[in-house]
Amino acid sequence: MSAVLTLSGLDCFYGEVQVLHGLSLELNKGEVLCLLGRNGAGKSTTLKAIMGLVPAKAGSIRLGDRELTALAPHEVPKAGVAYVPQGRRLFAEMTVAENIEIGLMARGKGKPTRDRVLDLFPVLRQRLGQRSGTLSGGEQQMLAMARALCLEPEVLLLDEPTEGLMPSMIARIRETISSLRGEGVSTLLVEQRLEAVLSVADRVCFIENGRARETVRASSLRDNPELVRRYVGVG
Amino acid sequence: MKSDTGCGKAIALHLVVIAGLFGLGFVLPEYHHGVLARVMVLAVFSMGYNVLFGYAGLLSLGHAMFFAAGLYGAGLSMIHLGWSAPAGFAAGVIAGAVLALGVGVLALRTTGVAFMIVTMMFSQVFYLLTLYFSVWTRGDEGLVIPQARRGLDLGAMRLDFTDPMTRYMLALGLFAIVLLLTLGVARSGFGRVLVAIRENEERTKMLGYDTFANKLSAVVVSGTFCAAAGAAYALLFGYVGSTFASVQYSIFPLLWVLLGGAATTLGPFLGTLFMYYVVDIASGYTSAYMLIVGLLLILLILYFPKGVLGTVRERWLRWLP
Repeated sequence: MSAVLTLSGLDCFYGEVQVLHGLSLELNKGEVLCLLGRNGAGKSTTLKAIMGLVPAKAGSIRLGDRELTALAPHEVPKAGVAYVPQGRRLFAEMTVAENIEIGLMARGKGKPTRDRVLDLFPVLRQRLGQRSGTLSGGEQQMLAMARALCLEPEVLLLDEPTEGLMPSMIARIRETISSLRGEGVSTLLVEQRLEAVLSVADRVCFIENGRARETVRASSLRDNPELVRRYVGVG
Repeated sequence: MKSDTGCGKAIALHLVVIAGLFGLGFVLPEYHHGVLARVMVLAVFSMGYNVLFGYAGLLSLGHAMFFAAGLYGAGLSMIHLGWSAPAGFAAGVIAGAVLALGVGVLALRTTGVAFMIVTMMFSQVFYLLTLYFSVWTRGDEGLVIPQARRGLDLGAMRLDFTDPMTRYMLALGLFAIVLLLTLGVARSGFGRVLVAIRENEERTKMLGYDTFANKLSAVVVSGTFCAAAGAAYALLFGYVGSTFASVQYSIFPLLWVLLGGAATTLGPFLGTLFMYYVVDIASGYTSAYMLIVGLLLILLILYFPKGVLGTVRERWLRWLP
């Protein structure tokens, strides 16, 4: 499999505090790679570093042949990386349709993209005129993902997409991530729920103290609870 | 389809407002005729402020400098360089746009309270410059553009800006143009991006938008509208003074916009009209008129927390732009 996104020797700091220590990982085309680790391990920071929100002091982030650390944060999405942060962060005063439209405008996409995205989340079709701040948590998450997918990204970064959602919504999000895999979108997922990880991820990368410790096939985790216990503290 | 209907209603409403103001020009008593002409010019000022504050969410306390740039750009070029009224107007608008570009490039390196302070400081510098170069500006006292210069020769006919009807119609013309431009901005992709920046700048950036460039464009559009108001004020009312560059004139548009409804196209006009008349009427009864104005403002904010039209839109008319 060919790597679509490659992080090599990444060092990132919050002020004086080093958060990522030479972190390296590879995301292959069309796969779902999950970052797993304790709180504060550096999972979300890794996603922010890819987006340029946390500058890399050393190391490289390559999308195919393109170096992302050289880009301004607003240029990273144009290069083909979409990001759905923790907490969704919609434009609450805008309607569902306007949220989607602003996503489409960003890369000059039109109706075919809009239709494809709404096909992935049919519930949003019935809510197009509704203010996004009034949607349920699950619907907000779907809208956040829909808006990101309007960019038609090669790589999708999802930070805890199932956080605080009811089981039926979690299942819907999982299905969507799986169907994106079929479309060739590579997903880097930060997730805390082991069940969600096992059901959707191809591989799991354990992050500890800002370092990628081990990367294993997700299917192997069921037979190896010790690994999860060691890096996540549960299992 | 629903959105198309809303768009049609919005355009119709704006045209009705413009037509209504046109009709009022023929029926209003002399005093109110003059007041409304002045209010329309000042409403252009607050519509300019609204582009930056209402849509982009950037609170500036320095917009008096853009209004004054238009005012002095027109006034000084006409008085000292002998330029014609249209050339003076163009000079005022260009002065405001260039100033907005310069101030925007520097001030947008800051955000929030710092942005507010930096814009206020720039505006204070501008105000002090109008006092310092009193040889040209006559400082506090100001300049009066001679009546003979305030007009436009169109062959055998002369358009006299000091004539009340001409003044009213020119003020309405500028008001209508800026109102429709604001509606255009609000409905455009640029306007949507500004609202997205106001809601969540980082998220907007993460969708691939250059938020700095968009905010800078908003400052320039806003400053240009304000300068157009300033230049028109100089031409139509003939007075160019440093009072218009003082901090008070940076606070006025903020109040007008808050009252009428931020990020609504007609709110700034409504706010300006209301405040102008409240001050005008209250000052007729007592020298402590600001007390009455303050009480009314408190009541308005209590019952219309998003300004008059902002609250109307939220509660009843979702299609209102």
